[in-house]
Amino acid sequence: MTKNNETTPSSTVVDDEREELTAAAVTIGRRGLLRAAALGGLGITALGALSETVAAAAQSSTTTPSGPIHQWCMIIDLRLCNGCKLCTTACQTAHYLHEDQTWMNVYTMQNAAGEDYFMPRPCMMCEDPACVPVCPVGANIRTDEGLVLVDQSRCIGTRICMNACPYDARYFNWEQAVPAPRQPFPQEPAWPVPQVKGTVGKCIDCAAMLPSGQLPECVTHCPMGVIYFGDLTSDAAVNGMGATVKVSTFLEENDAVVFKEEYGTHPRVYYIPGHGQDLDNNAAASS
Amino acid sequence: MSNDLLESERVSEPQSHAREDVRAAAMRPVLETPRWWWPSVVVLGVIVALGIVAWMVQVADGLGTAGYSDGAFWAIYEANLVAFIGVSYGGAVVSAILRLTHAGWRAPLTRIAEATALVTLPIGMMFIIPHLGSPQKIWELVWPPYWNLSSPILWDFFAVSTYLLATMVFFYLPLVPDAAIVLERLGDAPADRRTRTRRTLYRVLLGRFGGTPHERAALNGAIGLVAIMIIPMAVSVHSVLSFAFSSSSRPGYMETIFPVYFVVAALYSGVALVVLVIAAVRRLYHLEAFIVPRHFVRLGFVMIAFGAAYLYLTFTEYLVDGYSGTVGAAAWVYQDIAGRYWIPFWFYFVAAGIVPLVIMAVRRFRTTTGVVIASTLVVAALWVKRLVIVIPPATEPLVQSPLAKGGVLAGNWGSYHFTWVPISITVAATAAIPLLLLIVFRFVPILPMAEMEEMAETGEDRDVVSSGEVA
Ligand code: SF4
Ligand code: SF4
Repeated sequence: MTKNNETTPSSTVVDDEREELTAAAVTIGRRGLLRAAALGGLGITALGALSETVAAAAQSSTTTPSGPIHQWCMIIDLRLCNGCKLCTTACQTAHYLHEDQTWMNVYTMQNAAGEDYFMPRPCMMCEDPACVPVCPVGANIRTDEGLVLVDQSRCIGTRICMNACPYDARYFNWEQAVPAPRQPFPQEPAWPVPQVKGTVGKCIDCAAMLPSGQLPECVTHCPMGVIYFGDLTSDAAVNGMGATVKVSTFLEENDAVVFKEEYGTHPRVYYIPGHGQDLDNNAAASS
Repeated sequence: MSNDLLESERVSEPQSHAREDVRAAAMRPVLETPRWWWPSVVVLGVIVALGIVAWMVQVADGLGTAGYSDGAFWAIYEANLVAFIGVSYGGAVVSAILRLTHAGWRAPLTRIAEATALVTLPIGMMFIIPHLGSPQKIWELVWPPYWNLSSPILWDFFAVSTYLLATMVFFYLPLVPDAAIVLERLGDAPADRRTRTRRTLYRVLLGRFGGTPHERAALNGAIGLVAIMIIPMAVSVHSVLSFAFSSSSRPGYMETIFPVYFVVAALYSGVALVVLVIAAVRRLYHLEAFIVPRHFVRLGFVMIAFGAAYLYLTFTEYLVDGYSGTVGAAAWVYQDIAGRYWIPFWFYFVAAGIVPLVIMAVRRFRTTTGVVIASTLVVAALWVKRLVIVIPPATEPLVQSPLAKGGVLAGNWGSYHFTWVPISITVAATAAIPLLLLIVFRFVPILPMAEMEEMAETGEDRDVVSSGEVA
C-alpha cells in the first residue's frame, strides 16, 4: 500500500491537521496550477485529452522526472443526484454484470430530517484499502495510479475481502457469469469482462478505458453531471456534461467529505453533501 | 470437587487389567472383521458420496446453490470449518493435558481420543474446499510465490497445517510399540495375502523401534514433548481461526474476545465429541471392562470446566457489547437475545450452557447416560452457536444497515438460506467421522496396549484418586 500524501489534496479536505494541510495544499497547488493553466490554455474539456497533455507536461517537466502520471479520483456531487440509477445500469451493461452486481450502487439514504436523498457508491479506491492486505493469494492489487483491482485469474474466492471492505463495494460471482461478446480489451484486472464464476468483482474505475482518454461509463451516463472523474496529480476533474473543475478548490469550497472517514481507508471518492445529511448516521452501520 | 460427591462412582474404579485381556480386547477388531463393520462402512460411505455429489453440483453451478449471496458472503461452511476443527481439540485435551497431569485413568481413552482428533481435523480442513469460490485454484495456497503473508486466511492455513502434522505425530508415536505387539500376534496367523500386507503395514509403522528400555525411554520423552507442544499449537489454531473474523472492522466480528472464545468453545465441544466417540466405541467393541462409568463422569467434569468458562465468556461478551449501546456491536446482542436469532441463541444457552451444568451438578444425573446426553447437547448446540457467530454479521449490510436505523430485521438467518447442498455436505462430513474411525480401528489397536502395560508396571494406572481429584 503506497500512500501518496504529497499528491493528494484529499487530505486538504478530510484531515484535521490544519498546518500540515496548508503546507500540502501549497505544494499541490503550485504543481497542479501549472498543469491546470496549461490545460486551460488548450481549452480541453475531455479528460482523455487532458490526461495526455498532463502526460506530456509531466515528461517535459524537470520536477517530476518519474513516478506515476495519474492519481485517479472521483467526486460525487450528492446535491445533484436524482436517483435515476442510470450509472448503475450503464456500468452493468458495459461490464456484463448480473442485476444484483451493483458495482455502482445508488443507495436511498435519509438525512437528519428523515428526508430521502440518493448516494451513488462505487469502489472508493481507498489509499489504504481494507480489502488488499487480507487476500491470502494476493489477488487484490493497488496500482501506482491508485486503482484497486482484482486479479480474477488468481482470486480463489475466500471472500475475506468482502468481509473487510467497509463500503460493501465487492460483489461475488455466485453463479455463471453473464456471457460477453469479444471485448476491446483482454480479460485482465483492468477489464474483468466477462466476470469469472467463483471470484470477486467490483468497480474498477473503468481502468482499461482510461489510457485512451475515455471517461468511466457511469460518469458519461449520468444525466445530471453528478459524478466527476479526476486526477489528483493534475488537480483536475470532469463530469459527463463536460464541466471541468479544479479538484482541490472544488472539494474545499464545497466542504467535501469522504465516506466512513473513521475507518482510515482514505478513500479517493469524495462526496459533496448538501442535503443536510447526518454524516454520522451514514457511517453508523459500522461502529 | 469433593470426594464425597464422587463416592458413588468409586465402586466402578478402573482396575489394572491382565496383559492378555488388554491385548485381546485391543486387537480383536484388527484381527477379525466385526460382523457389523462392512454394512456400517457401506451406509456411511453412501452418505459421504452423496455429500461429494452435492459439492460437485455446487462446483458446476456456483456457490449460489449453497444459499450464498452478496448479502450473505459467509455462512454455514465457515461455521463448519470452525466447528469441525473445534471438535478435534478433544484429542489434545484428553491425551495431552491428561498425560501431562499424569492422570492415570486416561490410559484406555487416549487412543480413541487421538484417533478422533486425527479424523476430525482433516474433515474440518476439508471445509475450505466447498468454502472456496474457485476450489480448482486451491493450490495457490501452497504455492509460496502467491502467498500474501498479511492475510489472516494464510495464517489459518499455516496454523492448521502445523497442527495437523502434530496431531498425526501424536497419534503415531504411542502406536509404535503397539505395532510390535500386533506384528508378534500376526506371526501366529496363516500367511495368506492379507496377513502379508498387514505385516508390511505394521513393519512400516514400527520402523526401527526395537523395544529396548533405552528406546522406550526415548519414545516416552518424544511423546511428552509432543504433548507439551500440541497444547500451545491447539490454542494458536483457534485463535488464528478467529482472526479471520475478528481482525476486520465488521460489527459482530470485530471482537477482542474472539480468540479466547473460539479456543474455549473448541475445547468444550472437543471433549464432548470424545465422550460420544468413547461411548460408541465402548459399546461396539465391547470395552465395558476397560472403560467404566467413572471415566465418563471424569470426562464430564473436564468438559463442564470448559463449559463454565464458555458460559462466562459469552456472558462477558454480551454484557459488555450490549451495555455499550453502540449501533454495531450492541445491536447484535439485542438481535441474538431478543431479535431475529433468539431461537438458535437460546438453544445454545440452554443446551450447552445450562443443561450440562445441571447434569454434572446433580448426582442423580451424573451417570454415563447423563454425560452422553450432555455431550450430545454440547456438540449440537456449539455447532448452532457457530452459526450464530458467523452468519448474522455476514448478512448485515455495512452501508445502510437496518439495524443502524433502528429498523427491524426479517428472515430467520438474514439473507442466508439453507439449501440441500450445504446440508448434505454437512451431513456427509458428520458421517465421515464414524466412517474414518471405523477404518482407523480396523488397523489400529483400539487400546494403547504398550502404554497400559507400562502403566500397570509402574502402578500409575492405579494411582487414580491422587492424580485425578486431589483437590
Ligand atoms: S472501497 Fe472496499 S473494495 Fe474498494 S478499495 Fe476500499 S476497501 Fe477495497
Ligand atoms: S467507474 Fe466503471 S466500473 Fe466503476 S462504477 Fe463506474 S462504470 Fe462501474
